[in-house]
Amino acid sequence: MKKSKDKSKSKHTIGGTVKEPGSAKVLKTGVWRNFKPVVTEKCIGCGTCVLFCPEGCIKIVDKKAKIDYDYCKGCMICLVECPVKAIIKEREEK
Amino acid sequence: MVRKLMEGSEFVSEAVRLCRPDLVSAYPITPQTHIVESLAKLKADGKIDAKFLEVESEFSAMSSVVGAVAACSRAFTATSSQGLALMHEVLFAASGLRLPVVMIVANRALSAPINIWNDHSDTMAERDSGWIQLYAENIQEVIDTLIQAYRIAEDNRVLLPVMVCMDGFILTHTIEPADLPDQKEVDEFLPKYKPTHAVLDPERPMTLGPFAYPEPYFELRKELSKAVDDSKEVISEVNDKFAKKFGRKYGNGLIEEYKNDRKIAIIGLGSVCGTLREVVDKRKDTGLVKIKCYRPLPKEDLNKALKRKKIVIVLEKAVAIGLGSGPVFAEIRDLLYSVKERPKIINAIAGLGGVDIRIKDVNALIDESKNMKDGEVRWLKS
Repeated sequence: MKKSKDKSKSKHTIGGTVKEPGSAKVLKTGVWRNFKPVVTEKCIGCGTCVLFCPEGCIKIVDKKAKIDYDYCKGCMICLVECPVKAIIKEREEK
Repeated sequence: MVRKLMEGSEFVSEAVRLCRPDLVSAYPITPQTHIVESLAKLKADGKIDAKFLEVESEFSAMSSVVGAVAACSRAFTATSSQGLALMHEVLFAASGLRLPVVMIVANRALSAPINIWNDHSDTMAERDSGWIQLYAENIQEVIDTLIQAYRIAEDNRVLLPVMVCMDGFILTHTIEPADLPDQKEVDEFLPKYKPTHAVLDPERPMTLGPFAYPEPYFELRKELSKAVDDSKEVISEVNDKFAKKFGRKYGNGLIEEYKNDRKIAIIGLGSVCGTLREVVDKRKDTGLVKIKCYRPLPKEDLNKALKRKKIVIVLEKAVAIGLGSGPVFAEIRDLLYSVKERPKIINAIAGLGGVDIRIKDVNALIDESKNMKDGEVRWLKS
């Protein structure tokens, strides 16, 4: 939440309103993850995971799936949907 | 100004019309029904410019009003008893989002057993919801408090929802003469609501009611609590400004003292204060302290009004079950705890489910109070 101009003493806006759009991009929700999906060599670049990712954070780069870990919450839907079982699950090191 | 003779609920609908809401959204429930009926008639007759939303429940009524106010409108709703209980969840959203919703509550008992008559169980159960609660003694005060409520709620220093509490049947269904202010005067008193803190507008995207991590949540709750406390100043100020414009004044807007130079003080909320005035007029030992603004609780004013008393009697139409007393009594006792020569404080729980509070019952209570123990709770029943 950004600093408010409404009340000089408070660091919040009145009622906690977020006045600027785009906070979903600023806040890196990838920190919520306990496990992360990792794309292995088996990837055929079919793009199934791109379609299924609820966060929209997988892209096909050089015919391979590439996960943006800043926003991946570790739901593992890509792992389940991958037709060639190219995605594996790893514990997040913190 | 026009002096009229109408039913309390009809007066409320006329007062709502004067406030020029953009939306009226309500679900009928006894004893609030006549308010919604009269408003629907005003709409059908083309006398009110508001959009009239027929919702399927009180939950929807409050939700739609919250949405309308978030979109910079002025909105009105009214409810009672079970209806208010059904709104419970959204009440906290309205205050947390700092939306100046204004609502009339026609006070009625809560189930079970089912009962349609007046007491304060419904609004007392919402006392921690972050809403400002103003209790009115008579129909004139309801009209005036409703107009003031929008001014208080929409003030930039406040931005909080306000509940105007009027006793079910006793005020909603009574035909009484009252002054209805002129539209022009109300327009001058109530400028258009122009918020900057919460604006639902596709041109300027804003997120209302976002997720908050523990620390910001903690701080925002603290700020809400402070905002409700700080609204006392504005409530008093609006009461003064109203008096200047319309010639009517209700104490300092927070409490009203009547013949309170005597050694016993009796505290009341709402229409029972009319009865208590009668009692006080015929006695020489008792004065009245009326709590008009119950949330925020005007601690300093009450302390000043009560600290030199011998006996303080808190007469209330609600019970805090599990505490064995009324909620107002517990709070009055709390605020007098640090007074050096503390008065004897007595609680009378009266009028639950619409039981009449008669002059002779109150007189007997005051007479007996001299022999009662400090902290004693008396269940008054005729």
